[in-house]
Amino acid sequence: MSQLAAELLEPITPPSGQVVASEAIQGRGPWQLAWARLRRDKVAIGSSLVIAVIALAAIFAPLIARLIGHGPDTQFQSTGLSPQGIPVGPSTSFFFGTDDLGRDVFIRVIYGARISLLVGVIASGMAIIVGVVVGLAAGYLGRAADTVLSRLMDVILSLPFLVFAIALVSVVGPSLTITVAVIAFFSWASVGRIVRGQVLSIKEKEFVEAARSLGAGDLRIMFVEILPNVLAPTIVYATLLIPLAIVFEATLSFLGIGVIPPTPTWGNMLSEAMPFYRVAWWFVAFPGLALVVTTVAFNLLGDSIRDAFDPRGSRSS
Amino acid sequence: MTAELRDPSPRTDEDVLLRLEEVVKYFPVTSAKVFRGKRDHVHAVDGVSLDVARGKTIALVGETGCGKSTLARCITRLYDLTSGKVVFDGEDISNHSRRRLRPYRRKMQMIFQDPYGSLNPRRRVGSIIADAFTIHGVAEGEERKAKVQELMELVGLNPEHFNRFPAEFSGGQRQRIGIARALALHPQLVVCDEPVSALDVSIQAQVINLLADLQDELGLTYVFIAHDLSVVRHVSDRIAVMYLGRIVEIADTDDLYARPRHPYTNALLSAVPVPDPDVASRRERVLLVGDVPSPIHPPTGCRFHPRCPRAQEVCAVEDPVLSLQQGDRTGHAVACHFPLTDGEAHA
Repeated sequence: MSQLAAELLEPITPPSGQVVASEAIQGRGPWQLAWARLRRDKVAIGSSLVIAVIALAAIFAPLIARLIGHGPDTQFQSTGLSPQGIPVGPSTSFFFGTDDLGRDVFIRVIYGARISLLVGVIASGMAIIVGVVVGLAAGYLGRAADTVLSRLMDVILSLPFLVFAIALVSVVGPSLTITVAVIAFFSWASVGRIVRGQVLSIKEKEFVEAARSLGAGDLRIMFVEILPNVLAPTIVYATLLIPLAIVFEATLSFLGIGVIPPTPTWGNMLSEAMPFYRVAWWFVAFPGLALVVTTVAFNLLGDSIRDAFDPRGSRSS
Repeated sequence: MTAELRDPSPRTDEDVLLRLEEVVKYFPVTSAKVFRGKRDHVHAVDGVSLDVARGKTIALVGETGCGKSTLARCITRLYDLTSGKVVFDGEDISNHSRRRLRPYRRKMQMIFQDPYGSLNPRRRVGSIIADAFTIHGVAEGEERKAKVQELMELVGLNPEHFNRFPAEFSGGQRQRIGIARALALHPQLVVCDEPVSALDVSIQAQVINLLADLQDELGLTYVFIAHDLSVVRHVSDRIAVMYLGRIVEIADTDDLYARPRHPYTNALLSAVPVPDPDVASRRERVLLVGDVPSPIHPPTGCRFHPRCPRAQEVCAVEDPVLSLQQGDRTGHAVACHFPLTDGEAHA
């Protein structure tokens, strides 16, 4: 190396003794910084704890059932119903009371969490994957691909969700798979739009040109250069999409076109409880509360994640 | 016309690495009109011919919007040409498909203007520099890492910092990262698109010195783009002055500074700051009036005539041809009906 370059090197290269010590230095990337901010956020910690408790309850539902001695479908004709056939209120044997068939509401709410989380995570996961791929393709490829994909997203966003769902279910019959598919089908387009918008601005950056001038292909540019830059808003949207999907599922089950009884979900429990709300408040309150707590926790977590990625636009303002 | 517009100074004693022939790049303008007749175009580069000798530096100078950066992207084939030819090392690559361009990507690289926009903020520096190896499947694993660190050392970065993100570096250091990335595959030609315009003056000198050292060491050929004549004086062997998509004057560096022929070059030179206040106060500034005309509808005749202090009637009608001066042996060409003589230059 020439004299001059050697001179230039000097101020930035530490003496050889320090090199070993600095080996452990690792850059704190945007992800680590966001993670550090998230860990200091009390709301984020609180809502994560709530979600964790619900998730654990859902995962260990059979264990809980064994501990309290009965499952979600066990009917207590004598102890679970009053002599007039009215559900009994919360007690030490039924923490959340019983329903109109003498089943334990507590264990049914816990089993309901399984469906809610399953649908929420799988449906929004599918929506995110499809939305990201379509959004990337539309934004990056532009021209005809953009026109076709963008109009497709417009069409899906303009379809009435419930009418479509009711029509579909009346043809193929209700099931968990159909529920997930319908929710995913109606959710991916909004993800696609968000991603497309981000890609439109990022693809004009010089680092995309740099990659192209190095000979990178379209797929590499889309997934190695652009995707990491749209991931943060996508993750934020994903956490907000989960509660949305949970509510969708509850809506469908409430209307009897989602998950069918006797499988307990919060939606169909609410539906079953409707005629009894004046005599058995617990029958409505606990599934409803579970739904509200879960969606609020996910929404708050989503907000916190968004703030963590973009500290400038925080809620404090 | 085509024959005369070719770089009039191809010197046979030199080995030409890059030859541009009548390069034209128009961008269509999207108009709001529903019923549009003829579509408007931005005449970004409008017939540029140029020879770049191996191992030398040619500078492209001109105001913002004169088509320098577009020309750079035509050379590296990031843009498709509207017409004309880019001949690299004897091969016409102007119509090569992406696939056929791949081997040329290794031979010519680009350094970008914006040290902030040209590095992906979400990727570690090591992996940015290693991109070239990854894309062309050159080295793997430990070997790749060793090569990356070697490159970082070459451009004056601490090789231990390969694991950091671009945000953790200063502007000058980021530009070094960009240089390392460009040099990874040992290119022959490096197109530098205003590599120092975004940097502090003190850092500009460092980066320019680094580029000069690397040229000596690796035998690089540079196409160096700048909007500032004071920067290019130190790096270039030859300078082409551009105005509205055309080359208006091209000459060896010393010759251009000593004897500018085109009124536009003269005006640019008179704007270069002089360190000596006595000289500066004695010297006459040539002030250009008005703005650069729209490249959508460039002026008729000589494109510079609306702003030219020497313009006469013929200038508005007849487009001057870039041609050698009488009795010139250094390859000093100018496109002007009334070029300046030695005594008329600014200083």
